Amino acid sequence: MPHFAPFVNTKPPQRPRPLPEDVGHRIVDGHAACDFLSHGAGSVPSMAIIEAEGLRKTYKEIVALDGLDLAVEEGSILGVLGPNGAGKTTAVSILATLLEPDAGTARVAGADVLTGAELVRRNIGLSGQYAAVDEHLTGFENLRMVGRLYHMGKAAAADRARELLADFDLIEAGDRPVKGYSGGMRRRLDLAAALVASPPVLFLDEPTTGLDPRSRLDLWGVINDLVADGTTLLLTTQYLEEADHLADEILVIDHGSEIAYGTPDALKTQVGGERVEVVVASNDDIDRTVSTLSSLAVGEVHVEARTRTIVVPVTGGAGALTEALRRVDAASIPIHDVGLRRPTLDDVFLSLTGHKTEEPTAETEGAA
Amino acid sequence: MERIKRAFSDGNVIAQRNVIRIKRVPEVLVFVLISPIMFVLLFAYVFGSSIDVPGGSYREFLIGGIFAQTVIFGATFTGAGLAEDMQKGIINRFRSLPMSQSAVVFGRTASDVIYNVLSLIIMALTGLVVGWRIHDGIVSALLGFGLLLLFAYALSWVMALVGLSVPSVEVINNASFMVIFPLTFIANTFVPSDNLPTPLRVFAEWNPVSAVTQAARELFGNIPAGTPEPTVWSLQNPIAYTLIWVVIILIVFVPLSVRKYQRVAAKT
Repeated sequence: MPHFAPFVNTKPPQRPRPLPEDVGHRIVDGHAACDFLSHGAGSVPSMAIIEAEGLRKTYKEIVALDGLDLAVEEGSILGVLGPNGAGKTTAVSILATLLEPDAGTARVAGADVLTGAELVRRNIGLSGQYAAVDEHLTGFENLRMVGRLYHMGKAAAADRARELLADFDLIEAGDRPVKGYSGGMRRRLDLAAALVASPPVLFLDEPTTGLDPRSRLDLWGVINDLVADGTTLLLTTQYLEEADHLADEILVIDHGSEIAYGTPDALKTQVGGERVEVVVASNDDIDRTVSTLSSLAVGEVHVEARTRTIVVPVTGGAGALTEALRRVDAASIPIHDVGLRRPTLDDVFLSLTGHKTEEPTAETEGAA
Repeated sequence: MERIKRAFSDGNVIAQRNVIRIKRVPEVLVFVLISPIMFVLLFAYVFGSSIDVPGGSYREFLIGGIFAQTVIFGATFTGAGLAEDMQKGIINRFRSLPMSQSAVVFGRTASDVIYNVLSLIIMALTGLVVGWRIHDGIVSALLGFGLLLLFAYALSWVMALVGLSVPSVEVINNASFMVIFPLTFIANTFVPSDNLPTPLRVFAEWNPVSAVTQAARELFGNIPAGTPEPTVWSLQNPIAYTLIWVVIILIVFVPLSVRKYQRVAAKT
């Protein structure tokens, strides 16, 4: 079992308040929902538009979700961060009405995911880890089909499809079958499909997994623009950098339950922010290097003996790096490499639970 | 009422999507159209040369059976199509939309009828070339084609349930082969069932495949003059017996398939 490190703000700042029972019925299209909710929320500073309590889901022997709670305020972004098999996709599937939980409740845009599934579906957009677009249809045909299935008229669905193709830089490719698209284009089309009805709530399940850095940056730009429009977003990711860049709050999960919750800044402070990594030339120099650099560290210095790497948690970024170099140089320690590294998901896990992320088995991967 | 209208319009959108796919993947269509030609020619010339049907032509006898077998195989497209949609994740997209819950399966079974209509046309033309004739008029023949399509349509709901239950397209192709071959061979499709060993004969007599084949032969006027009257009710009233099966299959498998669709696990 992971040990639970103390962490700032381990619970949502405000427990989710149940929305009035009839909210769901009034939400017909996305904008109406936002308007109504912000009016309704006038007297209280914030309100959860996505809320889940005690979600449990077991696949045969494997516990995918083990009592997960979460709450996302209207207009904010929650980043759900965790390794493969942590239960991220299972959580999204339940919130998006694809999967029934074994226990627990969830409400999205005022409707219960079990009893009001159709109401929920009118108010959400889902973009999955594996681009769920039809590869034999063109980009335009895919978007028009989704529009028709949201019960838009023929002309309205076609107009909206063209509009989205323009927004997502797919105009030229729009009349070609998706089969010939690049990975980044497919993801953009998949995201566009989730936005056809301008839903007030958006679920993005690992939107950038498998993309090259350039496409990832493009997609981040698109996501940032979306939220500027007031869309509430729940995003899952394996990349701390991505959650840091996009999310207002980060929920770190492992083995289907919460291990940390807070703002990206709080999380990074907890994890130790940046690290200086020094790779020394000889094993004999490791101890000497550790003692030379330990006064620079803001936490415990970590040694990876196999790679002769000394990892020093620091603050101050480039300044700390310069100082580390100066000290190593002054001590005449021969080094192979030195660098400043931002924390990764592995670091988060190491710091919060004392263990690294585990390689998922084939089974847990399938289940999550 | 509004609900039914919605279901119909959503099913229509799905069917249109499938039709676009048929046009985009012409390979499937080519296979669908060539294999019946192959079957007609193979059976007509290989078996047709060595099997005699008293008082008539084996080729004429055969065509009804080949029609039946081919449209039954055509029903497997429904299962394969749904299995592929699940594998590709598009079913997840559909299930997250506020659309009618039965539309995906209804739209699929509807659009798959196209395959069978086309293969029946091709087979009929090939049949005419090798000597098959319609003897009881065009209306009766059209009824025969309609009954074949209806029976295959009902079976496509069985295949829909199978397609939503298997992990991949490959599985469904193998599984359906194993069921459809015995079902279409232990019947009167290719040889008269009278000479089969008793257990097989009884199975063949009550096998709905035999009934739909018998019905097609009667409606095409392909029962040779001296053929003895069938001794079992199912073959004496093949149209009624086929329709009973169609109704039973639909009553059982439409709700099962729709329910299965609503619960298919999100696959990643």
